Amino acid sequence: MKSEFTLKLERCKGCGICVAFCPKKVLEIDTLGKVVVARPEDCIACGQCELRCPDYAIFVDKLKEAAK
Amino acid sequence: METRSYEKYFRQNRLPHLWCPGCGNGIAMKAIVQAIEHKEGWTQDNTIIVSGIGCSSRASGYMDFDTLHTAHGRAIPFATGIKMANPELNVVVITGDGDCTAIGGNHFIHGCRRNVDLTVILFNNNIYGMTGGQASPMTPLGKKATTAPYGSIDRPFDACKLAEAAGATYVARSTAFHVQHLVKMIEDGMDCKGFSFIEAMVQCPTAYGRRNKIGEPAKMMAWMRDNAVMKNAWDKLPDDKKTAEKFPIGLFYKAETETYDSAYHRIQEMAGVTA
Repeated sequence: MKSEFTLKLERCKGCGICVAFCPKKVLEIDTLGKVVVARPEDCIACGQCELRCPDYAIFVDKLKEAAK
Repeated sequence: METRSYEKYFRQNRLPHLWCPGCGNGIAMKAIVQAIEHKEGWTQDNTIIVSGIGCSSRASGYMDFDTLHTAHGRAIPFATGIKMANPELNVVVITGDGDCTAIGGNHFIHGCRRNVDLTVILFNNNIYGMTGGQASPMTPLGKKATTAPYGSIDRPFDACKLAEAAGATYVARSTAFHVQHLVKMIEDGMDCKGFSFIEAMVQCPTAYGRRNKIGEPAKMMAWMRDNAVMKNAWDKLPDDKKTAEKFPIGLFYKAETETYDSAYHRIQEMAGVTA
């Protein structure tokens, strides 16, 4: 895994912007209308989801080489 | 997780904000705080956020600076007052398309004309979102609103052209999709001494997108991605390719003229007033 996700779910409104702009289709909206990291192993830590999240609910950190 | 450095500029106890799911205002608000963060010497103590009334203007309540939430359309006069009283302060105005070009239209053009040293960021969502989706002066032709159920027949303002014609010294546009570009445009506007105007196109999925069947927030952002053309490319674009949907983004105009506070200071000296 290349990345570590932090979700602040109390902020998430399930608008789906992160889901739509993820180039690797890592994210999904669950039945409760919140974001869920469905395929974390596919994430390339590009940060597109964090960049455009209007509610500051999703954060992606690239894992450092040493931590692998 | 590494704590994001911009988070300290938000009033954490006020988040999550009240904007609708997928509203672009949140993206634009974050762009503003990131631009302030990049600016050397701009702190929470010497930066003032002034806003009018409307969805966009709720932003001042979430930002941890000295903030002022003012009367509808009157953000620029309040900001002018702050700047005149203390020219050392950095004054940022957050306004919306209705607030800035309808109710505050005159304040806007006269702020530009006087070249007050402000940074004005207009969140353009093409509609009056908060009051239920009435058509604003920036609702595009033919688009539906509660007050234009068959489509708007009022030709919209191009706020950037309006600002330039009225005398603003920095005029730029960006969108909620082009986040880094938006941050850069705001940052450059803050650098500019004088009236800086930045139009941030944001999506309003609830009042505008839904009524016009544009769909989800992500689709509205994809529309921005597909139709925004960088200024350099726009200038080279043949006229037949400049369809109604396409619009230019980037820096449109930049100039240097005496700011209002320095002109006023000059007058004060002539009159022998010691501030």
